[in-house]
Amino acid sequence: MQKEQILQAHKLLGKFDYQLGSLERGYSDRTLYVNLSTNEIAEKPVSLETKEKFIGGRGYGLKLLWDGVSGTTKWNDPENELIIAPGPVCGITQYPGTGKSYVVGLSPLTQTVMDSNVGGYFGPLLKFSGWDALEIQGKAERDVVVVIDGNLGTVRIEEAPLEEINSHLLIEQLTEIYADTEEDKANISVITAGDAAEHTLIGLLNFSFYDKSRQAVRIKQAGRGGFGTVFRDKKIKGIVVKFLGVKGNLNHPADIGVLNKTGIKLHKEIATLDDSQNKMRKIGTTYLMKIMNDYDILPVRNFKYGSDPEAVNLSSDAFCKYFNLTGHDGCWYGCTLSCAKVIESFKLKTGPYLGTEVIVDAPEYETIAGVGSVCGIFDPEFVIECNFYCDTYGIDTISFGTLMGFIMESYESGVINEEVTGGLQLNFGNSSAALEVLHQMGQGVGFGKIAGLGVRRMKQFFVDNYGADPSFLNDIGMEAKGLEFSEYVSKESLAQQGGYGLTNKGPQHDEAWLIFMDMVNNQLPTFEDKAEALHYFPMFRTWFSLLGLCKLPWNDISPANNRTTDEPAKIPEHVQNYLDLYTGVTGKQIDVKEMIRQSEVVYNFQRVFNLRMGFGTREHDRIPYRAMGPVTVEEYESRAERYDQQLQQFLNIDPSEKNSEEKVQILRNYREDQYQQLVDSVYHRRGWNKQGIPTLETVQRLGIDFNDLVQLIQEKSE
Amino acid sequence: MITVNGRDFPWEEGLTVEKLLQQKGYTFPAIVVIINGNPVPEDEFYKTKISDGAEVKAIHLIAGG
Repeated sequence: MQKEQILQAHKLLGKFDYQLGSLERGYSDRTLYVNLSTNEIAEKPVSLETKEKFIGGRGYGLKLLWDGVSGTTKWNDPENELIIAPGPVCGITQYPGTGKSYVVGLSPLTQTVMDSNVGGYFGPLLKFSGWDALEIQGKAERDVVVVIDGNLGTVRIEEAPLEEINSHLLIEQLTEIYADTEEDKANISVITAGDAAEHTLIGLLNFSFYDKSRQAVRIKQAGRGGFGTVFRDKKIKGIVVKFLGVKGNLNHPADIGVLNKTGIKLHKEIATLDDSQNKMRKIGTTYLMKIMNDYDILPVRNFKYGSDPEAVNLSSDAFCKYFNLTGHDGCWYGCTLSCAKVIESFKLKTGPYLGTEVIVDAPEYETIAGVGSVCGIFDPEFVIECNFYCDTYGIDTISFGTLMGFIMESYESGVINEEVTGGLQLNFGNSSAALEVLHQMGQGVGFGKIAGLGVRRMKQFFVDNYGADPSFLNDIGMEAKGLEFSEYVSKESLAQQGGYGLTNKGPQHDEAWLIFMDMVNNQLPTFEDKAEALHYFPMFRTWFSLLGLCKLPWNDISPANNRTTDEPAKIPEHVQNYLDLYTGVTGKQIDVKEMIRQSEVVYNFQRVFNLRMGFGTREHDRIPYRAMGPVTVEEYESRAERYDQQLQQFLNIDPSEKNSEEKVQILRNYREDQYQQLVDSVYHRRGWNKQGIPTLETVQRLGIDFNDLVQLIQEKSE
Repeated sequence: MITVNGRDFPWEEGLTVEKLLQQKGYTFPAIVVIINGNPVPEDEFYKTKISDGAEVKAIHLIAGG
């Protein structure tokens, strides 16, 4: 369809002219509010208190959402919001990994507050257009696009009936429509979802960036929590931001010299060490597949096992031959770690675009493990095909993979059958059946509609409709808080069980990934050690989300002398880099203690936000037993030597005197008790009471003892 | 018997750091090895022998998430 024809069908629903302005030390001190029910568009000032306490990014998102919804708001109520916020450091071009923005809103999966981070150009261009955050509320009657022009100083809501929905087509259309010339495409970033985001609860958002060298629009994903579903529920087809004039000083940093110096140091480190470390520039995060398989923590067949001989077929070697490495693969300017690999031409074998050659944002570790090994499918071309369709349909590959593993185990154990699946034989390893479910999600038909509910709701559906045993499904359904697990086997790491369970949003590894420190290095032998790690790392990682930073340049590359430092796991030199970047942009001097305190403010605020929405207490921090230990005899016996040894060592039980069923139960009792002891220790370290609620002393110490928070804590703590 | 990261592991005559890492299945590319408090340079893993009773740390430099 021609650009003119598409544009002709657009109808202007709302327009807002604003004063352009420049950022000052990383901030514009205003946010953009768009209401799709009323077509109101407005500017909101950011108060000094909000700036000091919430810092930016996810912090701003949480504060805006708190003010925009009530404790009874549901994800699909018009008052729910989608907030997209970069952070004060976001947008600098001197240091790798500084283009992240954070999406915040109420999740259809968890029913409470969610955050998801994403690369691409949207966050930085939004900032340079003059906004510290974009806050969207309300629901349009018909499909719309929101267009922010950061050079003209306009925001428009346009009815957009003719564009495609699926991302790989829509991002091209919107980029083409709003670019004045070919060169201008690099000044545009687009957010889209896709057909399946309308029909499932696991929708994601694609954020685009224009790849000049390949002359292609590429995408990064805000995958977790179902924001694509919220997006389509609000009848948003796309959000476009346009800004011409990106350069290295647009944040108007306090000391650009510090940014230059810190950036050059890391660029040199990457140039000299990446090839001998993780090879991120060549293979992205695919390097993790071999490591996870070697250490028995790669999830295989719905997390029953941690390795598989066939996993070699999904190694980085298997994927890198598809990668095109001739261009630059950073998802924001200045990122020399450039992990966003691309498959330039892949001929699709299934679905509505069968036979089409498409560009694929290449699979990362989580996708390969999720749709691959979790489903017992060890075929790289299946993974690439699945990755493409998940992206274009707008659904999260992690949730898709994990829920498909649950379906396959449910099918093989007789919980569901072909009658339920519409004839699909959903055994582990059946790649064509898995793809069929994915296409059904895209169309909103058949078993795909049930699958798209996510693991938590599927469990209930199977119990209610097919008489399934709820305790078995609760054991094997890899979800917590309603969110599907990301892709690591945590059975042998109690700390990682906490890293999944004791999170604000659900089992995503972006708070703490402690498996090696705990399980392999044995650096966290006591509950106190584990609790300390489950305090420091989640707070450290939260800080990235406040500032607009990517995690990967923190520890997917490390200085040559890192191994001789006191705490190599923390990468002390890189932590100092981040403090320097903060000072360089904002002019404020902080140390690690203050960094952690800044995060604690936001982290605890989010915990109380969960409380406000009816969650955020101990019972919501449970995890399925599959994440703690072997659910079935089959699993136990697959690692019998390990488990038998533990029975002897920890419980002084002679395994030869017990049968496998007894041993499964004894080990379970022990591990569940360990988890509860860990929960107590972590709550104590975080300044929470036994229910998992931040104490009044904690919120007072952090300066978030706002009246409504205090009242809520008092009510819920009684 | 030696300990590796605080856990018992059987010792054998001629055990080197390289052999130990192989036996443990430690394939991760960034591991710091410390024997009785003394760090072992990576390029000496193949020739550094571990004596019976040694306390070995094989710290994998990966953490955080």
